[in-house]
Amino acid sequence: MAQHHNQTAQTLAVTANRLLDGEVVYFTDGGSWSEHFKDAAVVRSKGDGEAMLQRAMPSVEALEVIGPYLFEVREAGSGTAPVSVRENIRMNGPTVRLDLGKQAEHPRV
Amino acid sequence: MYRYDEFDHKIVTERVEQFRGQVARRLSGELSEDEFKPLRLMNGLYLQLHAYMLRVAVPYGTLSSRQLRQLAHIAREYDKGYAHFTTRQNVQYNWPRLADVPDILKDLADVEMHALQTSGNCIRNITTDPYAGVSADELEDPRPWAEILRQWSSLHPEFSFLPRKFKIAINGAKEDRAAILFHDIGIGMARGGNGEIGFRVYVGGGQGRTPMVAECIREFLPKTDLLAYMEAILRVYNRFGRRDNLYKSRIKILVHQIGAEAMAKQVEDEFAAIQKQGDTLNVPPSEVDRILAYFAPKNYESLGDFAPETEEARLADENFARWLDVNTAAHKIPGYRIANISTKPVGGIPGDMSADDMDAVADLADKFSFSELRVTHKQNLTFADVRGKDLHALWKALDERGLASANISLITDQIACPGLDYCNLANTRSIPIAQEISKRFEDAELQRRIGRLHINISGCINACGHHHVGHIGILGVDKKGVEYYQVGLGGSSDNNGSIGKIVGPAFARDEIVDAIGTIVDTYLKQRVNGEEFLDTYRRIGLQPFKETLYDTTQH
Repeated sequence: MAQHHNQTAQTLAVTANRLLDGEVVYFTDGGSWSEHFKDAAVVRSKGDGEAMLQRAMPSVEALEVIGPYLFEVREAGSGTAPVSVRENIRMNGPTVRLDLGKQAEHPRV
Repeated sequence: MYRYDEFDHKIVTERVEQFRGQVARRLSGELSEDEFKPLRLMNGLYLQLHAYMLRVAVPYGTLSSRQLRQLAHIAREYDKGYAHFTTRQNVQYNWPRLADVPDILKDLADVEMHALQTSGNCIRNITTDPYAGVSADELEDPRPWAEILRQWSSLHPEFSFLPRKFKIAINGAKEDRAAILFHDIGIGMARGGNGEIGFRVYVGGGQGRTPMVAECIREFLPKTDLLAYMEAILRVYNRFGRRDNLYKSRIKILVHQIGAEAMAKQVEDEFAAIQKQGDTLNVPPSEVDRILAYFAPKNYESLGDFAPETEEARLADENFARWLDVNTAAHKIPGYRIANISTKPVGGIPGDMSADDMDAVADLADKFSFSELRVTHKQNLTFADVRGKDLHALWKALDERGLASANISLITDQIACPGLDYCNLANTRSIPIAQEISKRFEDAELQRRIGRLHINISGCINACGHHHVGHIGILGVDKKGVEYYQVGLGGSSDNNGSIGKIVGPAFARDEIVDAIGTIVDTYLKQRVNGEEFLDTYRRIGLQPFKETLYDTTQH
């Protein structure tokens, strides 16, 4: 995978792709999955990140998602945003087709 | 073009139902992702950034209008209304749902198409010259042999689990339009000592993280020996190719490590051993004839080379005149031309086409080119058989849909991989760079003045955008999550194949298009006597470009 997870990152969220359609999803505080980054649970230490990833893993067995992983986020205004270009593109959709992906259906993700 | 026989139908139909069962077992939990992944990859189904991606095979790039309409139907019914033509002459869909894929494969099978061997460590789609069978400079049509190779390599039990993927290209013309020097096996049709036509065989070319130009291991191979010789090469690779290191697993590494001479000896020994076992790998003449018949010359009319209506339109309309000059090529039959449809309008996405445009192109193929078209490895489409007198009508119809960009082989005819906008492997975006370069050089007169210049862009070292063989090659690199772009100069995939040399440190996202501008300006200042970019580069080398680039961008 390109743009590998920064091993020293402290502010983290968990993402995966949904089994049924490959849709990008985020692990939430409530232990479910959301299509929207704004719903993502964010933790602020590497240890908490690993613990959150472990909580997300049963969703693989439950046939909800494929390949959960941690990614780095940063504080942005009153909320957070992904750090890497890759995760920003996953969050929104292709930058060359603004009519496709999450950005088309939910312009304020 | 080739039509499926009962065996083809059976194989493809059975595979659809096998995959339907595999998807059902995955969705019920009977198969884990680890178990399912190799099965889905065998059917061309990847998981990318936003969704699954299905890669459909277009054998040697040839499509009927009926098949193109079905591809449009699939784009509309199961995807988001468009498809993407790739550098391996295939088609990709970027948004299919897993549960729909068996139905997509069924729709493909209905028009004699499939997604077999578009992924995995097997022999991939055989590619060829988009002008095959019609070009004026052709020794012989390579498509019958591409079809024979397709049949031989499809579900070949010995070669379904190779050390790594394996790509074969075949070219029948004097000009290499299939990039045979950059394939695992490259086959060029050649004339033997007594005048008969056979093959020259190259092995060990490729791009990716270790680009290499293929080496010739057989100057002349009789046609009857083609499959036995291919089998020998694949056996040597299967036996000695590395399986312990993904980055050293392609046949090019084996050829590089043991040397072309040793490779040739291994292959010849294996070839001799195969021949000792009998002639089971010789294609029977009756079978060759059966396949040749599918590629028989079309029912061409007797026409003169000069079409007065086309000449009149050329003189009256400079846009048509430019398209005629840039996008059409000589045909071997008097009165016919080869016409290329660029998928690269200014600011467009190279290789993308909407379902509506695909339907329109299919209609035009029916009207103007015997209901057939080709996908090119430069991500464009080709109508191989257009009457000279129809060219203006074709151009007008294309122009009305925005499909008449007159830029084949010019600076805006860029190859670009999907890059980080879609691809899970990419480090950086490719498409936006291509779009910005295209806008920078949109002026038709400027493009004409620059002349033939291939810019190829890859979003990662895997080189799907063929950056190593771009006259100007751009490689996206990730520096701590930030996109940078490395530039290579002097690559070429034609007869004098060469790998581009890196010009210097990578450029930031907001510097790269200006850097390309500087390179082009340098070339225009340095060129003499009507040189093309590659001529100038080969004469003056990297240094003048280094000096202007790194002076102007303050590196």
